[in-house]
Amino acid sequence: MSHRVVITGAGTINALGHDVPATLEAMREGRCGIGPLDIRDVERLAVKIGGQVTGYDEHAHFNRQQISLYDRFTQFTLLAAREALGQAGLSFSGDMADRSGVVLGTSGGGLNTQDENYRAVYEEGKNRVHPFIVPKLMNNAAASHVSMEWNLRGPSFTVATACASSNHAMGQAYQMIRSGMADVMITGGSESMLCFGGVKAWEGLRVMSKDACRPFSATRNGMVQGEGAGIFVFERLDHAKKRGAEILAEVAGFAMSSDASDIVMPSKQGAARAIAGALRDGGIDRGQVGYINAHGTGTAANDKTECAAVADVFGAQADKLMLSSTKSMHGHLIGGTGAVELLACIMALRDGVIAPTIGYEEFDPECALDVVPNEAREARVEVALSNAFAFGGLNAVLALKKAP
Amino acid sequence: MSDAIADKVIAIIAEQAMLEPSDVKSEHTLEDLGIDSLGLVESIFAIEEAFDISVPFNANDPSASDFDISSVRSIIDAVAKLVKDQS
Repeated sequence: MSHRVVITGAGTINALGHDVPATLEAMREGRCGIGPLDIRDVERLAVKIGGQVTGYDEHAHFNRQQISLYDRFTQFTLLAAREALGQAGLSFSGDMADRSGVVLGTSGGGLNTQDENYRAVYEEGKNRVHPFIVPKLMNNAAASHVSMEWNLRGPSFTVATACASSNHAMGQAYQMIRSGMADVMITGGSESMLCFGGVKAWEGLRVMSKDACRPFSATRNGMVQGEGAGIFVFERLDHAKKRGAEILAEVAGFAMSSDASDIVMPSKQGAARAIAGALRDGGIDRGQVGYINAHGTGTAANDKTECAAVADVFGAQADKLMLSSTKSMHGHLIGGTGAVELLACIMALRDGVIAPTIGYEEFDPECALDVVPNEAREARVEVALSNAFAFGGLNAVLALKKAP
Repeated sequence: MSDAIADKVIAIIAEQAMLEPSDVKSEHTLEDLGIDSLGLVESIFAIEEAFDISVPFNANDPSASDFDISSVRSIIDAVAKLVKDQS
């Protein structure tokens, strides 16, 4: 028994906007959400830029008791979930609550909470921390709070596969509905690593850019971190149809692979197996794919490897499809990145607008695909893919189709 | 002074390559010594700690920075220059 799965709600908060309409408008305009970091001790960082959520006041959304339990990554999750569930128009009780769950991706979890409290005990010499630090920092806190707020009592957990966390999470949600294990799944991911310790750790690897994220450009010099969340309502097609829900897109295929080779260097073969696997899983012909939202981190290694993998899978068709990296605008949300990037796939399918790769300056023969440089483009797209290739060599690719 | 710098740099590289310092020659490249990109980043970190300097190096474009990593000799020279500039 295999069920079709559709998306009936979407929500986000990220550097481009505090909701989906603002984010999509920024993507259409090719606006950059990356700017100077406004965090404590920024003067001690070598990397001083990021895709930070600005104009954000936690007290405008949550009360004092909630803030004592919600790390920034949980707050982002709940705000995005409010938008997504509001759009889906669902409430959960009885059997339906038991057959609905939450699978979210994050890599760092409550990293801001860890950072603040390590600082308190190590730097400030305090011997006591707030009693809720553990439930606030744990990686599954966001998923648990979503399940509590909306009474989702089915399968719920958190996936941590670094930069592929959200895609792995959404793949799980998809497979649960497809297999009949659940009727509705809240899924996506969240990340908030823009704190002193979070950025300092990334600096050490020397893959960060100090000025901009320029995926696929010969002048690219590294990744830029972002933060935020993307949350979606995945629902069984007949369930959505029966209640007359508006369908944003169909989730049509998913595949995962492991490079089994290197802890940081990407592999063309591993990426290609995940891309080809998603097409096979969805029974999708290569020629149907019009757009790929790339992993496109803006590092030397990722971008050329990803282009080679796409060329491998698509052969001559690779020249006909568009591939863009919206990380150039919102930064790399690490465990939340695939979720925010899925919005670009939905925009391509639904609105016929392809988000650009901004910051593109110079052609790189090792990235010789149509990367939609600098300006959004109108195009009719039937199938869109979203790539995520994580440190650790863990890959996850989703395929979306136009709403049936 | 520069001999002391050379010895220290060689010791760091040798440790990374899991070799005796006497087996590391100045004409060796990091590749000759079996040091990969992660090993390089770790070596640079160790150099920064040992000499209390900041090495301009971006793994995305190793050739773009002034810090020449093409051989053990070039690394020693680059470190010596950074140490000198600092004093």
